[in-house]
Amino acid sequence: MNAMTALPPARLTLGPLLFHWPAAERRDFYFRIADEADIECVYLGEVVCAKRIPFFAPHLPAVLERLRNAGKETIISTLALITSEHELAEITELAAGGLTVEANDVTAIEALAGRPFVSGPLINLFNEGTLDYLVHQGAFRVALPVELSAAAIATLAARNPTGETEVQVFGRQSLAISMRCYHARAYGLHKDACQFICERDPDGLPADQIDGRGLLSVNGTQTLSHGYLVLLSELPALRQAGVSHLRLSPQRGADGGMDMVRIAALFRAVASESLEPAAAEAELRTLIGSTPLINGYLHGRAGMAWVPAGGNT
Amino acid sequence: MNPPRYLELVCPAGTPAALSTAVDAGADTVYCGFRDATNARNYPGLNFDPIEMREGIAYAHARGRRVLIAVNTFPRAGETALWHDAVDRAAALGADAVILADLGVLDYAARRHPGLRRHLSVQAAAANPLAINFYHRRFGISRVVLPRVLAVSEVAALVGAISVETEVFAFGSLGTMVEGRCYLSSYITGRSPSCDGVCAPAEHVSYREEGDDLLASLGDAVMNRFAPGEPRSYPTPCKGRFVTLGTPSYLFEEPVGLNATAILPELKAAGVTALKIEGRQRGRAYVAEVVRTFRTILDQLADGRPAPPVSASLLALTEGGQQTFGAYRPGWR
Repeated sequence: MNAMTALPPARLTLGPLLFHWPAAERRDFYFRIADEADIECVYLGEVVCAKRIPFFAPHLPAVLERLRNAGKETIISTLALITSEHELAEITELAAGGLTVEANDVTAIEALAGRPFVSGPLINLFNEGTLDYLVHQGAFRVALPVELSAAAIATLAARNPTGETEVQVFGRQSLAISMRCYHARAYGLHKDACQFICERDPDGLPADQIDGRGLLSVNGTQTLSHGYLVLLSELPALRQAGVSHLRLSPQRGADGGMDMVRIAALFRAVASESLEPAAAEAELRTLIGSTPLINGYLHGRAGMAWVPAGGNT
Repeated sequence: MNPPRYLELVCPAGTPAALSTAVDAGADTVYCGFRDATNARNYPGLNFDPIEMREGIAYAHARGRRVLIAVNTFPRAGETALWHDAVDRAAALGADAVILADLGVLDYAARRHPGLRRHLSVQAAAANPLAINFYHRRFGISRVVLPRVLAVSEVAALVGAISVETEVFAFGSLGTMVEGRCYLSSYITGRSPSCDGVCAPAEHVSYREEGDDLLASLGDAVMNRFAPGEPRSYPTPCKGRFVTLGTPSYLFEEPVGLNATAILPELKAAGVTALKIEGRQRGRAYVAEVVRTFRTILDQLADGRPAPPVSASLLALTEGGQQTFGAYRPGWR
């Protein structure tokens, strides 16, 4: 028995859908995840824009039920930026309900008033002092910010007394949130009359460099990486460091056909050592197409960098 | 300390020379940082060693002014001692307050130095009453520096719902992303505004000519292309030109500077306590001109006289010579 198999099994999670997909498609996506995906935990909820919430709200009870009946843990992620009365009401209502919450802002922690929560990746949890404080406040799991290096993750995971440390391993990385809607701006619209134009770009709107190379993706008020984060060859080291939960962030792919069920299966196979990371990466590349892979932050580099397996870190 | 007559004028001091300049030009308060990653303007040639900080505080205090020390970045795991030391030093040196953002550092300061005033940095981006009350109840913050995401009407509503002082940005460079949670610069350069205190560091900036145009890059990424005669801006990611839907544009924000001089009475009526001038990376001449102009305007308003029109000299100092009210006007969103 080697050290890897002595670890408790990795938990795969599906992060909150960051993009604005048509509500029926979103519902069907989650039904399929419930029925077919080898994933232990699904985060629902709207992180980016409160205006999107009413579209999916009618479907949420059925989606929650289907996921739970499939034995999956369900958690509601909160908005990253809360300024209006309406958004505040959304948070206090969520806190008053019985659902487990992933807080993406201290607003939600204050509203939860001591109830257990997941500290979301958009909370600035960079160091031991903040980890200790949030655990003391009721964080039973910490989903770490995307900017952290492997060394920082290892330090925090080793210290986390709850034993539940989550790291994103797949999907575009959230880089910034704004009050301003860049999606509306790109389409010549205004946030207050946006026509929900972000629905046109279910995998993000490319924001390229002026010489045509990809760089960023816009999703409403959120800015994401252009490349997809892929941590496969890094999984054994992350697991050894004490990372318990591996987050897959939902994507549709450039052509709309990306299959998150298959992607989950690849990560599962690597996490359980039944597939070599290189083989999984090769298949993943065929699923992703021409969009570059990135993993720089984990290796202490620029986030947009790609450090190949065995590369000098 | 001299009580401010209208709104407290909080001014940047990137160097000891800028500190004395700001005090002489009429700042009620200056803010500065130690020469390391503990503050959000960690650039070469800036900031204070402990002796300079002691002298700066003495200079300001002798003239009835305050000094705030920004310890407002987020320590990386394993490096928190440097931030704790900075808070300890600020307390020992007699700073009037520390400006903090990290939960762990706030917790440390509140427990270790309960008598040292704590301001919540804009880097914490607390934008609503629940978030501000979170920091007030747990860490006893006395003041919040509001993120640059709120309209004036929202500032007024917020002031009415909280029990701590508010400080708002009145002039300077305007980031468009929520403060303290923007990774664009580290995504491109590997150096983090949140943890290293640097955004678009100069050593990662390069320029090259392509035909008649000038390309400005940050790291390996092209941030802008300037045609001959076109005004050139620094290649900060949120001020870059990007291509969406086939068209290059200033997707996030044009290279403009915030100038709230024309709405100071509105901010006063909203219940704001203090005005913040951005610009610890700026030189003495800039600090002198901006502080002197604001001092004049605030004194006129305090005397019940109408505010003078926006001065041409101040406009010339805004980023790209272009000014904006930013989020203070709802249309910005």
